[in-house]
Amino acid sequence: MKFGKLACLTAMVCVFYGPLAWSQGKSFKDDMAERTRACTACHGEQGRAGPDGYYPRLAGKPAGYLFNQLKNFQEGKRHYTLMTRLVDPLSDAYLQEIAQHFASLKLPYPAPAMPSERVSVQVLKRGKQLALEGDAAKDVPACTACHGAKLTGVQDHVPGLLGLPLDYLNAQLGAWQTHQRKARQPDCMKEVVAKLQSEDLVAVATWLSTQNMPSDTAPASKVSTPLKAPWQCGSAPELSKVQP
Amino acid sequence: MMFPPHFWRRVAWLWLTVALLLVLAILLDNHRDVWESQAKPQNSNQTLASQIIQGHTLLQMGNCLACHTERGQPVGAGGRAFETPFGSVYSSNLTPHKAQGLGSWQADDFWRALHYGKSKDGRLLTPVFPYKHTTLITRDDSDAMFAALKTLAAETTQTPVPKVSESLDWPYNSGLAIAIWRSLFFSSGTYKPQDTKSNEWNRGAYLAQGLGHCAACHSPRNAWGASGEVNDFSGGLMPLVNWYAPSLMSAQETGLAQQSISEITLLLKSGRNATAVASGPMAEVVKHSTQHWPETDLQAVATYLKEQAQTHSTSAIANKPSSTKSSGNFLSLGAKIYEQQCEQCHQAQGQGVDNAYPALAQNRAVLLSDPTNLVQAVLYGGYPAATAHNPRPFGMPPFVLTLEDKEIAAVLTHLRTQWGNQASEVTPLQVNRIRALQGR
Repeated sequence: MKFGKLACLTAMVCVFYGPLAWSQGKSFKDDMAERTRACTACHGEQGRAGPDGYYPRLAGKPAGYLFNQLKNFQEGKRHYTLMTRLVDPLSDAYLQEIAQHFASLKLPYPAPAMPSERVSVQVLKRGKQLALEGDAAKDVPACTACHGAKLTGVQDHVPGLLGLPLDYLNAQLGAWQTHQRKARQPDCMKEVVAKLQSEDLVAVATWLSTQNMPSDTAPASKVSTPLKAPWQCGSAPELSKVQP
Repeated sequence: MMFPPHFWRRVAWLWLTVALLLVLAILLDNHRDVWESQAKPQNSNQTLASQIIQGHTLLQMGNCLACHTERGQPVGAGGRAFETPFGSVYSSNLTPHKAQGLGSWQADDFWRALHYGKSKDGRLLTPVFPYKHTTLITRDDSDAMFAALKTLAAETTQTPVPKVSESLDWPYNSGLAIAIWRSLFFSSGTYKPQDTKSNEWNRGAYLAQGLGHCAACHSPRNAWGASGEVNDFSGGLMPLVNWYAPSLMSAQETGLAQQSISEITLLLKSGRNATAVASGPMAEVVKHSTQHWPETDLQAVATYLKEQAQTHSTSAIANKPSSTKSSGNFLSLGAKIYEQQCEQCHQAQGQGVDNAYPALAQNRAVLLSDPTNLVQAVLYGGYPAATAHNPRPFGMPPFVLTLEDKEIAAVLTHLRTQWGNQASEVTPLQVNRIRALQGR
């Protein structure tokens, strides 16, 4: 009888405190995931992208690119108060480590968005043309010329363009257009955007946001053809070099 | 009753004389450099190389280049905007650039700027430049700083820096307004060592009151924007920046009187110690300035401040929980938010995680009667400064996009009243005020 009471009590304790003990089971682990909680709160668990379509994915992007962006927020080349306030007190060495951390995360990509019914076939066609062929008449190279043949980016400084939400892509191209977003001089992306109209930018963003990721989502190890003069990118000097 | 005309004439003359004397007094007061004998360098046998090295250390200790550098622009080229209730002021170019910077300046001119708050061309500098403090800097230190500034690359900002006459509101932008302000709130001076105190104490006092300009933030500002005396560390709300620089004298706010010298030094060196983390503007000070100070100077400042806190300790103004009882809904909302958003890091009993997440129970920063810093921390999150002693800090996410004013007020009220904490309620209005002032 006594034993029965004890068992009953134990069971009750387990029922009442079990969930609590379990929730504390997610104990503190001294690692980079813990150190980057301030990032993943908006950019999603493991930097898989935020739920609202504005906070871009961080996981698997080239480390050099991520580091450059963190520095750009510190140096006022990109503007977002929340980011600036977070990165301001941090050292270059630590920002490098944070960039490496997210670059090393390999996560599956979600399925791309379906093109909205309001988007015309012409828009998608124009977007595809710009992305894959560029526009020779406007002296605009294809996206693939720098961002990798599969548009998954190039090591170590060029980001992939697939798997990003339309809102984010539009916001970034708009920011390049209004000089709110900048890169190190010579700023090749600024040059490209300056040669295009707003409709072109929307078209290419729309097409990019609706594409499937290739089976291998990793950034290319190097650019297939070095950039032709006079194109030069201060943030990604490797694009202009003939790779060994 | 009628007054004869000559009476009115006399009154007018009297007023005119008084006004003239006042103007003369203000004029004399603001141009002391013209009639006072000037300090000459003492340490004349120092080599230029060692002077430059010392100068760079001093520039860092005064955190000069943090204010005189705009984000992404050349170091020391100025252009950083300082918002004040009287308009904006942009920091000036300290590089050796001929036209925009100090290229044509001599050591005498630089000394005059630090000591009298006057530019080479005689223009009175605005008190955003803390010359109330820099006036105490010795001539030798001034010369070393100037020698170090001479080694910077001569640069300018990309866009021209607006002049004070353009950026400050009328009438504060006039030379007369600045002259009157200076006569009221500024007098040049030198640090006079106190014989009864140790050399270390005097060194600490010289640095804290002068180059370190602690009271520029850690003292209350009056309606005319003037901070307290150079040795007033009674705490102050930084206008427009909206962070409260806690009192360095109060046992409740910073508790320096009870801390060991090594603990105080550790906070300045690493950005955190066992009971505190430097956040907001102080994290910037730690990152750019105090972590680079020579250990002996940090100890000197700690010694001075601790002794001041022990002698001037403000009597405890109990920060009692407000008598108005919060509604049960508000309290349970706070508890719910805490469990959902805070507990994972700060733990169920507010005990935090050693060396990662600060404890909230009995945390002086949590219990400050002014909740401004807490609201800032929850709205915008943040990292402590990355320093040699804490190179990979843990950070706090921003909640500005996910929590409403009422939720933030509720959770802050919760953690200010749990685990033995006894501090006043935070209202949604207080949260809203800071959110609105930060423009988000």
